[in-house]
Amino acid sequence: MPFFGYVGLFLLLPTVIIAAGSFTTKSGSFTFSNLTAINQPYLVKSLVNSLVISAVSAVVGALAGALLAYAVVTGNPRGILRRSVTSASGVLAQFGGVTLAFAFIATLGTTGVVYLFLVDRGIDIFAKGVWLYELSGLVLVYTYFQIPLMLIVFLPALDGIRPQWREATESLGGSTWHYWRYVAGPLLAPSFLGCTLLLFANAFSAYATAQALISQGSIVVPLAISNLLTSETGRAQPGLAKALALMMILIVMVVMVLYAVLQRRTSRWLR
Amino acid sequence: MTRSRRRKLQVFRTAVFLVLGAFFLVPIGAMFEFSTRGNGVAAPRTLDAWTAIAKVPELLPAISVSLQLAVITAVAMLVLLLPTMVWVRLRLPGLSRVVEFICLLPLTVPAIALVVGMVPLYRWIGPNLSDSILTLSFAYLILVLPYTYRTLDAGLAAIDLKTLSEAARSLGAGWGTVMLRVVVPNMSSAILNASLLAVALVLGEFTFANLLAFENLQVAIFFVGSVSAGTSIAVAVASLLFAFVLLMILSFVGRPRERLARDEPTGIPGPFGPPAMPQGL
Repeated sequence: MPFFGYVGLFLLLPTVIIAAGSFTTKSGSFTFSNLTAINQPYLVKSLVNSLVISAVSAVVGALAGALLAYAVVTGNPRGILRRSVTSASGVLAQFGGVTLAFAFIATLGTTGVVYLFLVDRGIDIFAKGVWLYELSGLVLVYTYFQIPLMLIVFLPALDGIRPQWREATESLGGSTWHYWRYVAGPLLAPSFLGCTLLLFANAFSAYATAQALISQGSIVVPLAISNLLTSETGRAQPGLAKALALMMILIVMVVMVLYAVLQRRTSRWLR
Repeated sequence: MTRSRRRKLQVFRTAVFLVLGAFFLVPIGAMFEFSTRGNGVAAPRTLDAWTAIAKVPELLPAISVSLQLAVITAVAMLVLLLPTMVWVRLRLPGLSRVVEFICLLPLTVPAIALVVGMVPLYRWIGPNLSDSILTLSFAYLILVLPYTYRTLDAGLAAIDLKTLSEAARSLGAGWGTVMLRVVVPNMSSAILNASLLAVALVLGEFTFANLLAFENLQVAIFFVGSVSAGTSIAVAVASLLFAFVLLMILSFVGRPRERLARDEPTGIPGPFGPPAMPQGL
């Protein structure tokens, strides 16, 4: 079937090229040097940065997204509010990349609307330096697509919570705290954790937003890969780029497998 | 629910919607504001940046190329995926898990990693096949696979494919007729959704184009941004609005019918079932 041929050529072959290229030199002989070359201070730093901003933006996005999902789910299930929020989230979760970076530059950049508005009122958010183009700025921008994604993936779990469970808790003399601590909390925890992992993988793979916001340097792994691939001074190191790509794929795969396991755990009660 | 708890809940909901609403709307509003700024401190609002879109030499070809890529990818996706899925459902149900796994696989391979493996492929395609930017649709087809697969799968699940195709076959229809005149008209909304989704994803794609050294819409916006911030933001707003309209159509139109056919409400808007990992952000 042409489908399998196509997928083999454009999905599996590139993966094989990455895996094989990670272990071969430019001339084609076997080596571990690409993998050991990851152990350079600037690459280790970009890896740590990537893990940190993915984790922070995933946790912030998961908390804010869960609050939003709860606010949505306590409203009318067929209301216009819920329809608009879920549709808008579907759009915004896909809204990344160059446009998103520009939106934040127009908002918080040194000529941005909000920045100028705040400066007029004597508040200089960049008093300690323009952090928008650094790691903390990246976290802020990433939460913009993390929150809607959280809403989309977490809403089904919240929908599975039955009002009867709360009534049952109350009829047994339980308080709001008891309900969240012993009933809703444990039921939602696997889904919440799973969704947080998904958000982590999402931020970890994001490239275009970082590239458009921070064009110089190798501050996160995707930018490091891009620099290794496109370096114009003839210092492009395809082997090292492949080793980094392989590492990214492995990390994302582990995270996604954990996500799938937690989703399965969630569906035991909520569905 | 007691009255005080209800009031607390209302306060909580209003606060959440206000704070997050501001967080999401302000940057988009700021882009509008930025793109209509005049030159100088007290200059009046102008649409110069918008009219300049037509004057930037790189932009128009990039827009046209991105639209072509979007159409090619959407059509190729349908031609490749739909017959395969129909065939697997009818004749090889054992393979359906395999096809699903393959289609969802691109979600676990970050675009930036996949492109590393594609560079050697494109180094071969360039001289041997064609060095046209339209070859990017090979890669984009992989990119849109998980999203379109899920939409088409829901559409196929909503019709009684076996009965329909057997009825058509017993009346003497060939497989081509079955596909074009029976399957496609019966799941037109799913097909429309999948195509719109593919178009929206391709129009927003940056990673592959940039690293394979092709200039599509997003890459052009990126480069124009370093020359003229106002114009690039105007194009960005325009492309965003376009994608917004596409995706809004997709999430509002064409759902009720499928919702009726599937008796369980999914609670998931449009085609974005979990895990809905946006690629190429």
